[in-house]
Amino acid sequence: MKASLAFRIWISLLGWGAALAMFFPVAWMVLTSFKTEIDAVATPPLLFFHPTLQNYFQVNQLGDYAGAVWNSVVISFGSTAIAIALAMPAAYAMAFFPNRWTKDLLLWILSTKMMPAVGVLMPIYLICKSTGLLDTKTGLIAIMTLANLPIIIWMLYTFFKEIPGDIIEASRMDGAGALAQIRVVLLPLAGPGIASTGLLAVILSWNEAFWSLNLTAVHAAPLTAFIVAFSSPQGLFWAKLSAASTLAVAPILVFGWMTQRQLVRGLTFGAVK
Amino acid sequence: MSTLEIKQLRKSYGSAEIIKGIDLKIEDREFVVFVGPSGCGKSTLLRMIAGLEEISGGELLIDGVRMNEITPDRRGLAMVFQSYALYPHMTVAGNMAFALRLAGVPKAEREQRVRVAAKTLQLEALLDRKPANLSGGQRQRVAIGRAIVRQPKAFLFDEPLSNLDAALRVQTRLEIAKLHRDLQATMIYVTHDQIEAMTLADRIVVFNAGRIEQVGTPLELYHNPANLFVAGFIGSPKMNLIGAVVRARTAQALELVLDGGSVVSVQPGDAAPGAKLTVGLRPEHIVVDPQGPISGHVEAVERLGNESIAYVSIGASLPLTVKLPPQSPVALGENLRLALNGHAVSLFGEDGHALGWTRPQAGG
Repeated sequence: MKASLAFRIWISLLGWGAALAMFFPVAWMVLTSFKTEIDAVATPPLLFFHPTLQNYFQVNQLGDYAGAVWNSVVISFGSTAIAIALAMPAAYAMAFFPNRWTKDLLLWILSTKMMPAVGVLMPIYLICKSTGLLDTKTGLIAIMTLANLPIIIWMLYTFFKEIPGDIIEASRMDGAGALAQIRVVLLPLAGPGIASTGLLAVILSWNEAFWSLNLTAVHAAPLTAFIVAFSSPQGLFWAKLSAASTLAVAPILVFGWMTQRQLVRGLTFGAVK
Repeated sequence: MSTLEIKQLRKSYGSAEIIKGIDLKIEDREFVVFVGPSGCGKSTLLRMIAGLEEISGGELLIDGVRMNEITPDRRGLAMVFQSYALYPHMTVAGNMAFALRLAGVPKAEREQRVRVAAKTLQLEALLDRKPANLSGGQRQRVAIGRAIVRQPKAFLFDEPLSNLDAALRVQTRLEIAKLHRDLQATMIYVTHDQIEAMTLADRIVVFNAGRIEQVGTPLELYHNPANLFVAGFIGSPKMNLIGAVVRARTAQALELVLDGGSVVSVQPGDAAPGAKLTVGLRPEHIVVDPQGPISGHVEAVERLGNESIAYVSIGASLPLTVKLPPQSPVALGENLRLALNGHAVSLFGEDGHALGWTRPQAGG
C-alpha cells in the first residue's frame, strides 16, 4: 500500500510541527540567555538583538556552577555504576533461571516505580536525617541507585532474554561458574544493551529534581538544585535564569549527542534483531 | 573415559512427573542412543545427566561417584547442542579453546589441542572465522570440536543433526560414528530419528512418557521388540500391527484369524484359543504369493527406485505395508495374495507386551 502524496505531505508537516513545538522552548531559552535583561523582557519579543555573554559570567559569580556540575557527575555516574552492578546478577538470574515467581517478581519491581515519590518523602527524609545523609552525595547516590534500579533491572532483563539460553548452558558445560558466565559470555554479548541502559540511567538521574531538591541544600546540590536556586531570587531576571538553565542542560545534551548512536542501537536492540 | 549409572532417577515439575524412575547403566566407551517421540523425557534425562536440570529423585553416578549435587561445570562432561550454541563473539579457535582457557590450560597446550581437533574435523582453514560466517554443517563441526578438545569423561549429544539438511545429516552421522571409533569415548546421544539410533548405537534406549520401554542393541530391538510401542517405533517403513484372534493351537503351530478374515499359521506361542493378540509383521517379511493365505487389494504403490512399497487393504482398519522388489508388477487396485516369507513374526498380548517371537510355518 502506497500512501498518497497529500497524506505524506500532511504527515511531514505534522511531524515537523510537533518537533518544532517541542524544541521551541529550549531554543528560546538558549536565545534569551544571550540577551540583556532589558531585551529579554521586551514586548514584542525580540528575535534579533546584540548577543552578550554577560549573563554567563554573572551566573558563575552568583552560584557555584563547577561545584554543581561535579555533584551531578558524581551522583549520576556513581548511582548508575552501583545500580548496574546490583541489577546484573538479578537480571541474569531472572532471565536464565526463571521460576514460577519470576513474572510476578518483575511486575512487583516495576510497580515500585508507579508509586509517587512524594508519598515516601517524609520517611526517606527522616531516614536521611537520622543517618546523617542529608545534603551528602552519598545519600543522593543511594536514593538515585534505588530509584533507577527497577528500570535498569527491566532493561537488562530484556537484553539478557535476547541471548539464547543454550549459549549460557554451553558455557556452564565448558566449566564456567556464575561469575565467569557473566564476565566472559554475558558481558560481551549484552554489551550494547548494558551500555545503553547505563546511558539512560545517567540521563535519568542527571535530570532528576525531586529528591535532589528535597534532600540537598549546599554541599551536595547538583545542577537541578543550582537552577532552582536561581529561580527564586533571580526569578524576574529571565536572561540570567536562562543562562543558568542552559548551563545545566548543556553537559547532558552534549553527552547524549555523543552517545546517541549507542543509545538508539541499545533501545532498538530487541526490536530489529 | 568412564561409566555412568542411573538409579531410579526422577524429575518432576510441580505435580507433573516427567521422568518416572529410570534405571540404566552405561558402560565405558559405549555409544548409547536415547530415542523416543517428542515429549518422552529423553532430552530432559540428558540434561539431568549434564547437570542443566536438577534431579528430583534417585541418583546419578559417574565412575561410581554421586553427581546429583555437582554443578555442570564440574562434572567433566561435554555437550553438543541442537542449536550448536557457539559463542558468537569468539572465533572458531576461541570457541574450541574456551573450556581449556577457563581451566587454566597453558596457551601452547591449548593451541596444540585445538589444532589436533581442528584437523580431525577439517576445520583448520576456518579457525579465525566467527560462527556467523560459517555454514550449518561447519558450525556443527565446531560444536563437536569444542567438545573434543576438552577430552571429557563422556560426550552428550542433544539432537545434533536435526538442524542439518538431509544429505549433510547422513554425512555427519557417519563422521560421528567414526569419531566414536577413533576417540573410544563414552557417548550418549538423543534423537527422535530411529534411523540415527539404528546406525549409531551400540545400545538403544527407547523412551515413552518418561519411562524406558526397552534397552537393547539395534538388531535386538528390530527383531525382538518387547512391546507394541517399540515395535511401532523402530523400523521404517513401520512394522504392520494387526489385530488377530487365536483359532487353534497345536504343538506345531498357532492358527490366527487376522482382522479382515485372513487365516495364517505361525509357530506356537503362549496363547490359548480365543485369545486376542496383535501380530507384528515387518513390511519386508511379506511376499506376493499366488497361493498365499492373505488376500487383499492394492490401495497405493510408492516406487522408490530401489524398492516399491505397496499398501494392501486386507479388511483390517489399516492397510498392510508391503516392501516389494523395485520391478514388482503390482498395479493399483489389483487383488493380491500375500504370504509370510519365513522371517520373524512378533506376537503381542492384550497388555501390549510381546509373547516371544515366533516363526511362520512354511506353506502357511
